[in-house]
Amino acid sequence: MSAFRSAVITFPGSNCDRDMAVAVEQVCGGEVLRVWHGDAQLPDRLDFIALPGGFSYGDYLRSGAMAARSPIMQAVVEAANKGVPVLGVCNGFQVLTESGLLPGALLRNAGMNFVCREVSLTVENNQSLFTAGYSAGQQITIPVAHHDGNYFADAATLDRLEGEGRVAFRYAEEVNGSARQIAGVLNAAGNVLGMMPHPERMIEQAQGGSDGRALFESLVRGLVAA
Amino acid sequence: MKVRVFVSLKNGVLDPQGRAIHHAIEGLGIHGVNDVRAGKMIELDVEPSVTDEQLETMCKQLLANMVIENYRIERQAA
Repeated sequence: MSAFRSAVITFPGSNCDRDMAVAVEQVCGGEVLRVWHGDAQLPDRLDFIALPGGFSYGDYLRSGAMAARSPIMQAVVEAANKGVPVLGVCNGFQVLTESGLLPGALLRNAGMNFVCREVSLTVENNQSLFTAGYSAGQQITIPVAHHDGNYFADAATLDRLEGEGRVAFRYAEEVNGSARQIAGVLNAAGNVLGMMPHPERMIEQAQGGSDGRALFESLVRGLVAA
Repeated sequence: MKVRVFVSLKNGVLDPQGRAIHHAIEGLGIHGVNDVRAGKMIELDVEPSVTDEQLETMCKQLLANMVIENYRIERQAA
């Protein structure tokens, strides 16, 4: 097997891109390529694409709305449709819903406040490419830092997501008003995950915990198995 | 030609911003306001060649997120 080859996309206003690159480099190893939003093409032979957190385009219009229409996102959508694993964290999750790769939308937090703290999550689906390294029902601690994390979808969509095992993570406590306390969702094919909490900020004990590590380990193991 | 696009949250979508504004209005000592919903208005200056269909496309694909929002297009008389 050749070395793990991944890309981290940077939009103007991204601020977790470096954290993401460091996490991928440390846990997945291999080559982490940095890609700018204005690029029309992705590097070839990618094993993984990450959309980082931040405030792309200053959250103008809606969080993630402008980024979802940037040149690189067309290439990301194409790659995702071909099965390349794509992870969107925080603003990256908002970009994924705005680009139509994931259903639903992220609204202003129900309490109106920016929430920045560690939260407890329950691993709902441990069969996915991103979560196979966790056990089902496992409680993990991952930080959140967002203003627009209130997951919304109509009842039929929520039922479908739950029925198809596409809720990857749920908040184990009230955080932002999200429908059915959903913290992370998968696409139908299972190769796209969007989540508000930041696994890349929980890679080693020096960061206060390492519960995010298994997500990146799962990706590498999934690739080896494939 | 001026075109105004009004974007508002769909019924049933929680509007915490509207709720906060509502509280602030009550703080002014004014009562009798039953509900507040906040939206946005986007004003465009367009050439007459821009079609209604193109305006609809702009709204559906960018200005409004159809999962959570509705839009209304208002063409201003010249």
